[in-house]
Amino acid sequence: MRNLFRVVLAFAAAGAAQNSGAVEPWNAPYPAGERAQSIFFTTFQERPKHLDPVSAYSENEWLFTGEIYEPPLQYHFLKRPYELIPLTVQAVPTAAYFDATGRSLPSDAPDTQISRVVYRLTIRPGIRYAPHPALARDQQGRLRYHHLRRMDIANISGLEGFPETGTRELIAEDYVYQIKRLAHPRLHSPIFGLMSRYILGLKDLAQRLNGLGVADEAYLDLRMFELPGAKVIDRYTFEITLSERYPQFIYWLALPFFAPVPWEADAFYFQPGMAERNLSLDWHPLGTGPYQLRENNPNRRMVLRRNPNFHPEFFPRKSTGEEAAQGPLTDAGARLPFIDEIRFVLEKEDIPEWNKFLQGYYDSSAIAPDGFDQAVRFDAEGRPELTPLMEARNIQLKVATQLSISYLGFNMLDPVVGGASERTVLLRRAIAIAVDVEEMISIFGNGRGIPAQGPLPPGIFGHRAGQRGINPLVYTWRDRHARRRSVAEAQSILQTAGYANGVDPATGAPLVLYFDAMTSGPDMKSLFSWYRKQFAKLGIDLVIRSTDYNRFQDKMQKGQAQIFSWGWNADYPDPENFLFLFYGPNGKARFGGENAGNYANPDFDKRFLLMRNLPNGPARQAVVDQLVEILRRDGPWLWGFHAQAYALQHAWVRNAIPNQMAHNALKYWRVMPGLRVARQRAWNQPVRGALLGLFFFVLLSTIPAVIGQWRRRRATAL
Amino acid sequence: MTAYLCRRMLYALPILLGINLLTFGLFFVVNSLDNMARMQLGERHVTQEAIEKWKHAHGYDLPLLWDATAAGTDKFTRTLFYRNSLGLFTFRFGRSDGGRDIGYDLRQRMFPSLAIALPVLLLELALATSLGLMVALLRGSYFDRWLTLGCVAAMSISSLFFIIAGQYLIAKLLRLTPISGYDDGFAAFKFLALPVLVQVAAGLGANVRWNRTVFLEEISKDYVRTAWAKGLTEKQVLWRHVLRNALLPLLTAIVVTLPSLFLGSLITESFFAVPGLGSYTIDAIQNQDFAIVRAMVFLGSCLYILGLMLTDISYAWADPRVRLAAS
Repeated sequence: MRNLFRVVLAFAAAGAAQNSGAVEPWNAPYPAGERAQSIFFTTFQERPKHLDPVSAYSENEWLFTGEIYEPPLQYHFLKRPYELIPLTVQAVPTAAYFDATGRSLPSDAPDTQISRVVYRLTIRPGIRYAPHPALARDQQGRLRYHHLRRMDIANISGLEGFPETGTRELIAEDYVYQIKRLAHPRLHSPIFGLMSRYILGLKDLAQRLNGLGVADEAYLDLRMFELPGAKVIDRYTFEITLSERYPQFIYWLALPFFAPVPWEADAFYFQPGMAERNLSLDWHPLGTGPYQLRENNPNRRMVLRRNPNFHPEFFPRKSTGEEAAQGPLTDAGARLPFIDEIRFVLEKEDIPEWNKFLQGYYDSSAIAPDGFDQAVRFDAEGRPELTPLMEARNIQLKVATQLSISYLGFNMLDPVVGGASERTVLLRRAIAIAVDVEEMISIFGNGRGIPAQGPLPPGIFGHRAGQRGINPLVYTWRDRHARRRSVAEAQSILQTAGYANGVDPATGAPLVLYFDAMTSGPDMKSLFSWYRKQFAKLGIDLVIRSTDYNRFQDKMQKGQAQIFSWGWNADYPDPENFLFLFYGPNGKARFGGENAGNYANPDFDKRFLLMRNLPNGPARQAVVDQLVEILRRDGPWLWGFHAQAYALQHAWVRNAIPNQMAHNALKYWRVMPGLRVARQRAWNQPVRGALLGLFFFVLLSTIPAVIGQWRRRRATAL
Repeated sequence: MTAYLCRRMLYALPILLGINLLTFGLFFVVNSLDNMARMQLGERHVTQEAIEKWKHAHGYDLPLLWDATAAGTDKFTRTLFYRNSLGLFTFRFGRSDGGRDIGYDLRQRMFPSLAIALPVLLLELALATSLGLMVALLRGSYFDRWLTLGCVAAMSISSLFFIIAGQYLIAKLLRLTPISGYDDGFAAFKFLALPVLVQVAAGLGANVRWNRTVFLEEISKDYVRTAWAKGLTEKQVLWRHVLRNALLPLLTAIVVTLPSLFLGSLITESFFAVPGLGSYTIDAIQNQDFAIVRAMVFLGSCLYILGLMLTDISYAWADPRVRLAAS
């Protein structure tokens, strides 16, 4: 057998030797012609549920909608801290305040006087929609596909079934129409609840529309309904009116929820038989963005192609301060987008995705957990750097701290860990010291995270770095680094809380706490085991109550969990979007809000409202500092960590500068297909000799059978 | 036979109804409607009002099985079970909770599953039968021992290992096929070669062992000894007599795999990014899309029942002594 193996190896080696004549890779998942084009190859792991901008509200949906639709504002691609700039409008709007009589008020007017807040937006003329059959017109100027019968589309299963397409200019009415769509009874916008609190008349509009009882497939022409909170002023100007001050509203204007939708799109898709054939805006979007969705097959791939009608937009010219560190801007001033096509390929498993990236068939990739050591190592200072294998391939590593936080929450309604008594505050503080977040990041996150000192991640206004930013109740500052306080200090605090050595005086036994988790499985078991060990440092017995998603959600809704793991990704780069997670009226159990720990502190709430309405500046920083201090003192969360995203790009990808807030960043990226094809060819030459080796292996495998048969034939019966 | 088949089909109706009821019950015992809505709506900033609206729009605000407040037949027909589950008996799968036409998705995804499962079935059948006959013939030889050892080893290894090892060796190290992916038409061949090879390798051990057992039992019977004594050739004895008489257990094993031809393989499709029905089902479970789950369970049940009926028919075809009677 050993000899046989050697023979096979010899053939394989011979095959490798004859590979001197380079051929097209056999393992290429795309034809050579496509690889040589300006196509960006990347992946997606989960089918987007919605592509209608009114409904899409997750990262895997914004991955597509961000490139297709254009809300009025966007984030500057390079500037940090993140800055809003105009996208389709002429200028970033400022809020105008009015009292009940319509009198103009200054921006610092008390909230009680303000009865209306108006944002006036003027869009740039000449912006046009991507070609779409909903906008096609015949020679008489009538909409070509707006009076279809069910039988007309009987054999159509995609937009390619409509040979004619059309376009038209973006007008202010399209934005107003989309705002009305937030209240559409059949579209279920996830932000309707939030926006109806602010946009004047949105709730009333929803009630009126609900009362109509329109059939599922019937078109509801929202142009016929007035909405006081969204009004067209002229062809290019519209106003949004809020019923109260909400300074963070402007950030929502950079999200796809406020992207324009032409009424023709709804009228087209709400025709009889369209929904049955999966023809809907949720599946075939229509926008003014740099790309249009040309293939929507989420079972396999999604293809965005350059919108031929995309308006002139240019790569940012300025490169100062932090932006300069991103490297020279060779494309400054160049017209966007650079890439003709973006191809998202479905990859559900990390291992195949990672290997295909290493083969050069994906231009960009996150690092698979199993491939982390293969890709990244840490230097003596703890800074990440690429391994020689990656460097040899000229792969680039981009690290960015995400505007998010992962934390361990305490249910403040719980009699043991919740509440504001000294006993529970000290108990939570002792746990916060004992649970070694740095170790957790190192073991379970490959070092990809920053221990959180409070709720605000770096990059958010109000976050403080360095010594001023540490949580002094959990850390001390030594040798220019935050150092976690000792377990002995935690034990001492626990003793003060009344749980000497972790013993519950009520029972005389170790204090038992419950960690409610919604996942299980081998990976999580090691994490749970680690958590138990952390609590055991204090003599506390941590019991894991692992359950499924539904039970966990139920517990959270009812406020029955005790300690839980949770996280938050920023909607927008403002401290309000993190601190509102502690605002009492947002409590999950009582009010169904996002305050998962049900924290309630009147002092905090009062200051939060003050902070929310202040512009960024020293005054706001001071209030944020106070809020963070209150939170650190009360400790409703065990401040976990801010995750860091490690992304790898091949040498042929340019301008891949991480931007956590921009959902339309691919228009700035560039690929160099010539280099890609050359590298793919060099890295993927087939070992042709292996086939020959396999053939001989099979041939040799039959020898024992042949010998056996030969012996059997010659054997005698006796 | 027609009467027999009609009877079996009538038997199938209560079975399908029971399965439907069971799926319905299990799904709504495990899942709360509010959480289903929350998952569809995106979980952030979702108000109770939005949840109620979503439930109403999808018919989930109806009573589950019985509406005591309704009159007459409405007590039964104005329920979630009646509205959502009974249409399946006419193969109207309806729309998923995400709004897609399930029938369309099933038709689209059936072929990729079939494109892997059918070649795997045929290749495994040919290889396992040939090898089974060979080892039965050469019982006790080195070939038999080594192959048996190999089969036991192959049976002991997880199919996931075969997938990862196959991808590493064939696609990464030797660079002969793509690691994963799928394409239409003949272009699919290079994507299917590896998953087919891996699945055949993963399943061959158990099949050869099963076939060997069946053939060994058959080969030791008197009629085979008589055939040898008559001077028939090995080919005639093995293929004409042994194989034919061993068909019943082999057919049983083959026909029960019929549903998996259409329903796909979960792990294989996931690792090789094949857009088949296996991944469709698991996605639906993860997304708590009851409409798809019930459709897939119903379809799976129908195919199993069909498979069992085909088994019976194949028995009658393979063994003239078997007759299918109506009573």
